[in-house]
Amino acid sequence: MTAVLYTDDAVLLDFAADVGSEGAVAIEGARTRWGLGGPLEESARLLAAPSGIVEYVPEEMIVTVRAGTTVADLHAELAERGQWTALPERGGTVGGAVAVGQNDFRKPARGELRSAVLQVRYVSSEGKIVSGGGPTVKNVSGFDIPRLITGSLGTLGCIAEVILRTNPIPAVERWFRADGADPFALQRVLLDPGAILWDGTSTTIQLAGHGVDVEADIALLADHGQFAEVEAPAAPTGHRWSMTPAELRNLPTAGLDAFIAEVGVGIVHASSPQPKPPLSASVQLVHERMKAEFDPTNRLNPGRVVGVR
Amino acid sequence: MSIIERVRRTISGPESSGDPLLDELRAALSEDRVKIDGAQRSLLGKDASVFDGGNSGPICYPTTTDEVVAIMKIAESHDRAVVPRGAGTGLAGGAIPLGAPVVIAVTKMNQILEIDEDNGIAWVEPGVINLDLTRHLTPLGYHFAPDPSSQQVCTIGGNVANNSGGPHCLAYGVTNSHVVALEVVTASGDVLMLGGLDAEPDGYDLRGVFVGSEGTLGITTKVAVRLTRNRPAVRTLLLSFSNTRDAANTVSGVVAAGIVPAAMEVMDQRITVAVENYVNAGYPTDAGAVLLAEVDGPEAGIDIDAERIRQIGLDNNATDVRLAGSEEERAALWKGRKTAFGAVAQIAPDYYLHDTVVPRSKLADVLDEIYEIADRHDVLVMNVFHAGDGNLHPLLIFDGREPGVLDRIHAAGGDIITASLDAGGVLSGEHGIGVEKQKYMDRLFTPDDLDHQNRLRRAFDPVCRANPGKVLPMGHSCADIQQLRSVPAEVWG
Repeated sequence: MTAVLYTDDAVLLDFAADVGSEGAVAIEGARTRWGLGGPLEESARLLAAPSGIVEYVPEEMIVTVRAGTTVADLHAELAERGQWTALPERGGTVGGAVAVGQNDFRKPARGELRSAVLQVRYVSSEGKIVSGGGPTVKNVSGFDIPRLITGSLGTLGCIAEVILRTNPIPAVERWFRADGADPFALQRVLLDPGAILWDGTSTTIQLAGHGVDVEADIALLADHGQFAEVEAPAAPTGHRWSMTPAELRNLPTAGLDAFIAEVGVGIVHASSPQPKPPLSASVQLVHERMKAEFDPTNRLNPGRVVGVR
Repeated sequence: MSIIERVRRTISGPESSGDPLLDELRAALSEDRVKIDGAQRSLLGKDASVFDGGNSGPICYPTTTDEVVAIMKIAESHDRAVVPRGAGTGLAGGAIPLGAPVVIAVTKMNQILEIDEDNGIAWVEPGVINLDLTRHLTPLGYHFAPDPSSQQVCTIGGNVANNSGGPHCLAYGVTNSHVVALEVVTASGDVLMLGGLDAEPDGYDLRGVFVGSEGTLGITTKVAVRLTRNRPAVRTLLLSFSNTRDAANTVSGVVAAGIVPAAMEVMDQRITVAVENYVNAGYPTDAGAVLLAEVDGPEAGIDIDAERIRQIGLDNNATDVRLAGSEEERAALWKGRKTAFGAVAQIAPDYYLHDTVVPRSKLADVLDEIYEIADRHDVLVMNVFHAGDGNLHPLLIFDGREPGVLDRIHAAGGDIITASLDAGGVLSGEHGIGVEKQKYMDRLFTPDDLDHQNRLRRAFDPVCRANPGKVLPMGHSCADIQQLRSVPAEVWG
């Protein structure tokens, strides 16, 4: 029988050698979210992950890409074949986006990042190349290492390469804005809005899909406010709050200076950080065990703690 | 019963069985919800796979999270493993009890607790039946998207454990995309709330790793499932081909064209004939293969994708393309597809349903190889599968009374796995590893990869007490544990 083990190419082997097995180390991407998880210990050596698209198979809707590649470069390549991924378009690298695990502000249109990471290859605390997951969209072969690594802030392994699921770009994407329109009513009326953004006063909606479906949705919008077509907005900035979709209704009385809420999703971009309860003791215990199992010498991204905003 | 015994019972509760483990479990639950009779243990020693049954210890039917915690702590104090169990419809042996563990059957935890439309979720207990949940949601305009063939009997808890799929997971994703939060109890009796209703819960994605962990990280006691809105329009196409290669090429063609249909299912001629003889669903029995393709969405653009699929089918030599003209016709076609496994019972009493995934572009080649493998081992194979995902389900059909047949079935199965892996595929798309494919894990993963999977496992359950002997191959600590547990034969027969 032929073994179907992944071949480690020279680039990954070099990266593994750079990470090594001793001394504090952290991976530096584009530093767009550098402060997340708390300050990095000063003793940590900074390394860049390898970059480049390894293989893109549009007809399989998968792309193999190295962690140091920028999301912009990756999406530019995919766009030529009418596809994109769930990686957020707000600057930064593929590895950084996977390590942080946050979704794009158009999540209903783009999909969930955690479901898009099909395979991850990383360098372990012991300096070994480890793979989890597989190259197919559907896969329940063993424990779900990709989901563990996604959002782990580089504290469990140094992400080197991922296989991502790609998706077709809709035929039409258009943005509309109105003051005073009820975003929650619109969320129930529209079947597949690409995004509903709300700042407490104005509601900005992305409609995406076949042209005729978008036209039908535009007709629906008219019943809910004086909507006008607008330019696509830039990715919201500021502190990121994670709320339930229902909690967003109470935002205007929450005492925030300014906010942009992703209606139907629960993310809020605000000017101040979200007050954050600690993890429960039982969940904290599993976290500590997980970190000790994957990084027994606490050398990977030391100082950073997952869950700290 | 003597007067003395009756008095003792009144004072101290149920009569002692002479076994402290059993007595403690019965005190924590109730006498009638902890079973040890031979019939129960024999029934729950197996799942729906072809694998030999295991040896179960006491079988517990808790109704609350507190009772599950109590069972975990009692099992721990007796150094006994625990095996979670739903409806027992698994096909990889994941629920087979090894080493006389305490079995925790969740079938009495079967309440739909809350429908929360504002947050787009429902809280359910793990024993709720998959199809019952969807039926409950239908009047509100929602459904639970994963729809495995066993959906009339399988439980949500089992779906979580196996990260179950189904025909309609092509566009909507498997169970992991439809579970937002989980209350679980670990083998040491800790209650964890994993994930949450908020958009991006803090911490490592423990919810994500728990789904699909086959009962090895603990047991689910409460699940927040995502409500999927029913789509206003649906078009179901039945495409006929003279061979499976043309059907498979159509499937890759559709995906390559940037269309993600709700479902794309292929059946070969053998299974189509069996289905027609069984339920008379309206499939053509003279076609070499049929493709059932479904698109759904807003009414306005629904026919655009349907028409493109029709054209791609014709470009790939479809001999006929039919659009289901009514809801009845559509329902009949799906009934046929979903009863395929029942239909084969007319041909032979036993079947072994395989489950591998290959790149969509390799479907046609791997299918050819599967027919050759079946011929080589002199077994009958039928193919019905989730073509859109590249998820193959070769069905090996046999009569278990025939001497030596199981050896041939297992040999053919091994060759099918090899063919799938050689094509760049993976071991399982939706059935899981269980005891079925442990020995193939080192074909897909290096020793370092498997070591890291074992580390993930130990973070939840350092002594490997939850469903030991599953998923990871022998030689890893959590796979070896059942070897350590030998139970005196006279206790559990």
